[in-house]
Amino acid sequence: MHVTINGERRQLPPDTTVARVVELLDRTDGRGVAVAVDARVVPRSAWTTTRLTDGASVEVLGAIQGG
Amino acid sequence: MNGLLTIAGRTLRSRLILGTGGFDNHEVLAEALAASGAELCTVALRRLDPGARGSILDVLTDTGVEVLPNTAGCFTARDAVITAQLAREAFQTDWIKLEVIGDDRTLLPDAVELVAAAEQLVDDGFVVLPYTTDDPVLARRLEDVGCAAVMPLGSPIGSGMGIRNPYNISIMAERAGVPVVLDAGVGTASDAALAIELGCDAVLCASAISRAENPVAMASAIRMAVEAGALARAAGRIPRRHYAQASTPEEGIPVFDAPGAS
Repeated sequence: MHVTINGERRQLPPDTTVARVVELLDRTDGRGVAVAVDARVVPRSAWTTTRLTDGASVEVLGAIQGG
Repeated sequence: MNGLLTIAGRTLRSRLILGTGGFDNHEVLAEALAASGAELCTVALRRLDPGARGSILDVLTDTGVEVLPNTAGCFTARDAVITAQLAREAFQTDWIKLEVIGDDRTLLPDAVELVAAAEQLVDDGFVVLPYTTDDPVLARRLEDVGCAAVMPLGSPIGSGMGIRNPYNISIMAERAGVPVVLDAGVGTASDAALAIELGCDAVLCASAISRAENPVAMASAIRMAVEAGALARAAGRIPRRHYAQASTPEEGIPVFDAPGAS
């Protein structure tokens, strides 16, 4: 299936979880990371149980300096 | 005005909140944070950079400063609300510095979207600290929808133009039932002192410190300016007068007459 992760179209195995996508991008302990799928927040507690579907748009955000 | 700032029931000893944007690296940020004495500092969320070295959160954990996430870069209430919800997940805090920008050149707030976002976030349980214009009526609207503070600009973000409308800022401070935090425009220490003298409860400062030639020294200077402003305000300034008022008594002034002098 194809999903868009942070603006980049990627091919992933069917039923890939949000937790797996975070693992692909984040090399830290996951602190300061948040995920939205199709403009809805996926709580951290649901990362391992939320499976992506074809065409999903995923934003994986991390903490930066600002403000 | 005592030494403590209370926002939404949380007491802070420092009236300076540090914005973390613009520091060259985490080391300078850590030193400036320590020099500023701030207990709260802003952070932002952006697409995760897999190549980033070290997290800003490590710096903040080491220095014991708590985070105030922002919604920087949002132009609509919808985006600001989603960003705030993501920040709550990322940082495990209900506090949000709400920014909804209406124009990318001036970075001035969009009042209509701002109030809409504030209302939704308050309903969703957030402690909302909105970045707003120096408009006392808009401040009242934000307070009415349940914001925990109002954060007016002195002048545009990063402009260093100081407080362009001190009259409005003092009216906001006088009328507000929630803390007023001057949130943008500080260029140097005297601007921060003026904000507090005008009645603001705190100052949020980023660029004036992070982009100073010596950020750590400027952090100290602005910390002292905020303290000086609070002391001066509590001490009670003299009224302004059009003409001089002699400080030396006029009674007992000698008269230098001499016989024959004209």
